[in-house]
Amino acid sequence: MSGKLLQRRAERSGPKSYEHLLEVKDVHLAFKGVKAIAGVSFHVDDGELFAIIGPNGAGKTSLFNVVNQVYEPQQGDVRWKGESLMGLKPNQTAERGIARTFQNIALFPHMTVIENLLTGRHVRMRTSWLAGSVWLGKAKREEIENREIVEDIIDFLEIEQWRKYPVGLLPYGIQKRVELGRALAMDPELLMLDEPVAGMNLEETEDMARFILDVQDELGIAVLLVEHDMGLVMDIADRILVVDFGKPIAEGTPQSVQHNPNVVKAYLGEEVETV
Amino acid sequence: MRGRPLLYTSYQADQALLNTTTKKVMLGLLLLVVATIPFQVIPGLDFLGSDDWLRLLSTTAIFVVGALGLNLLTGLAGQVSLGHAFFMGVGAYTAVWLGGPEDAPLLGLGLPIWIWLPAAGIVAALIGVAVGPTAVRVRGLYLAIVTLGLVFIGDYVFRNWDSLSGGAQVGRDFPPLQFRLWKEEEPLIDFTTPGTWFGVEVSGLAKSFFLLVTIAVVFTLLAKNLQRTRVGRAFMSIRDRDIAAEIMGVDEFGYKLLAFGISSFFAGISGALLASFVVRVIPERWDLFLSVQFIAIILIGGAGTVTGAILGSAFVVLLPRLVGDFTQWLQSVALGEGFGSAIANVFVATTPNDFGLVNTFAGIGPGLSVAQLNLVIYGLLIIGFLIFEPLGLYGIWLRIRNYWKGWPFTY
Repeated sequence: MSGKLLQRRAERSGPKSYEHLLEVKDVHLAFKGVKAIAGVSFHVDDGELFAIIGPNGAGKTSLFNVVNQVYEPQQGDVRWKGESLMGLKPNQTAERGIARTFQNIALFPHMTVIENLLTGRHVRMRTSWLAGSVWLGKAKREEIENREIVEDIIDFLEIEQWRKYPVGLLPYGIQKRVELGRALAMDPELLMLDEPVAGMNLEETEDMARFILDVQDELGIAVLLVEHDMGLVMDIADRILVVDFGKPIAEGTPQSVQHNPNVVKAYLGEEVETV
Repeated sequence: MRGRPLLYTSYQADQALLNTTTKKVMLGLLLLVVATIPFQVIPGLDFLGSDDWLRLLSTTAIFVVGALGLNLLTGLAGQVSLGHAFFMGVGAYTAVWLGGPEDAPLLGLGLPIWIWLPAAGIVAALIGVAVGPTAVRVRGLYLAIVTLGLVFIGDYVFRNWDSLSGGAQVGRDFPPLQFRLWKEEEPLIDFTTPGTWFGVEVSGLAKSFFLLVTIAVVFTLLAKNLQRTRVGRAFMSIRDRDIAAEIMGVDEFGYKLLAFGISSFFAGISGALLASFVVRVIPERWDLFLSVQFIAIILIGGAGTVTGAILGSAFVVLLPRLVGDFTQWLQSVALGEGFGSAIANVFVATTPNDFGLVNTFAGIGPGLSVAQLNLVIYGLLIIGFLIFEPLGLYGIWLRIRNYWKGWPFTY
């Protein structure tokens, strides 16, 4: 991998003026009568790998949508580097450096891998419709510069042979990788991954785990992970938050969470006397 | 370095518009053919230089500009609009207000083409952006209905604003394709009368043809460049998955509005050129049928591709002529003798009251007129392409190209 991606890491490692990179404070979200999130708080620090786990319907994806401002919570606050994100539009959270992948792949199926990744670069590019349509020197230069960055990401994710395919035609595992690439192309400081290994076989899962660790390690990007694969989460997460029915039930290191009685209860149910 | 075809050694070469030698050669040949059409020098293609074919080809060039606009909105940004005719009408009437002669009661300021042509696009774009916020709140079928409303509002306004449009069924003359510096009597360049260019005799139609083709080429380049840069990708991302696009940082509302504006700009220019080329246009010209024609162009040509917009325009503009010629030929067969004449007789009427699927005798007897037959064929083609070849003519071309790429080997 050439310098362009790593360069950003050096820029990021300066002194910082904020306490936490992302801070979610006492968020409540209800759809009419249904309480999706009931008082969740957590924070993610620079370069950290923070995982959120919980049974189906616990409100994990809703939390992502709150951070992205797709949903507006009735109560609570989301702070990015100390500044509130409330009231922003989703595209403005992207501009600030929050990237995301989706549980059910949400790539742009008719566009090629390169075009998908370049769309990820959208927030880091400047060419207007006017400059773009006349292909002035600056627009052309920017296209080629960003193509180089995109090619770095393609190398990083080992998807070279697919680069000119429309992503709709690619196998599922590769699409998941392209989606990670599109998020990386946004040059984020926080990467939110919604079930990155759902539906993958063991080998694909291991590949993905390696990429996630590399993102955290080599690129220094903080990762917020939602995942059902407990083996993966326990292996790679620094800290874990467990939610159930929209409520936080435990938070801590993988070891402490594993032995928490509340977590055992949520996942395995309560012991019942058998006659 | 010169390597095998499709071997690129720089991103610049890979991203070039004409990234293969074949494309360069073919485009060069095409331009050469287009440039020589009015002079009727290429045997076999000399019929294209006749007046009626030149008129059709010029109309195609005008339609290409409009189709590229709708392609940006519908093909790239995925917003199905039936309001294209309205924006073309706005462009045409802006042109006539600014460029028409100063004779009351008709509105006209007598300004030159370098004012009225860009203004036609700009005014249409401004109106597009003004009605955009209402339109971009809805999507899919609902957007189609909202934009359909525009056509009817426009139709009403154009038919009743007599001082602008000349009145329903009457119309007025539009400013001709003449280049003046200001309001002088003799135009600097007149694209409508015969003359000599660089020592070569050129007819008025040929001059218009060259002007319109040049404009179409310029707009093709603009559309193609827009499509392959940041804004074009933002449009496509909204088309493919709008919520994901927003989370990737694409301002959905803003870009939909922009797509509306740019598309309307193209429509305005196209409308002004069409009216100017046809000279006298009635307000009913800008009706729903024109919008449907553009939707047909996009779908038949191939949605979301610049080549498709061009192929589709040629197809839709030339189809009535081909159908007309075919009907005429059938009629001549039917009037002849033998088995063929019996079959042809079923399809075409030979006398006003004769039965035939197509009846060229206006308004009497059973059967469709040639114009109605055209509508039926558009309809069938749209259905056929949607079901069998969603990428349209461009998709067929891709298939042919990919077949020959490997020929004579399978891979």
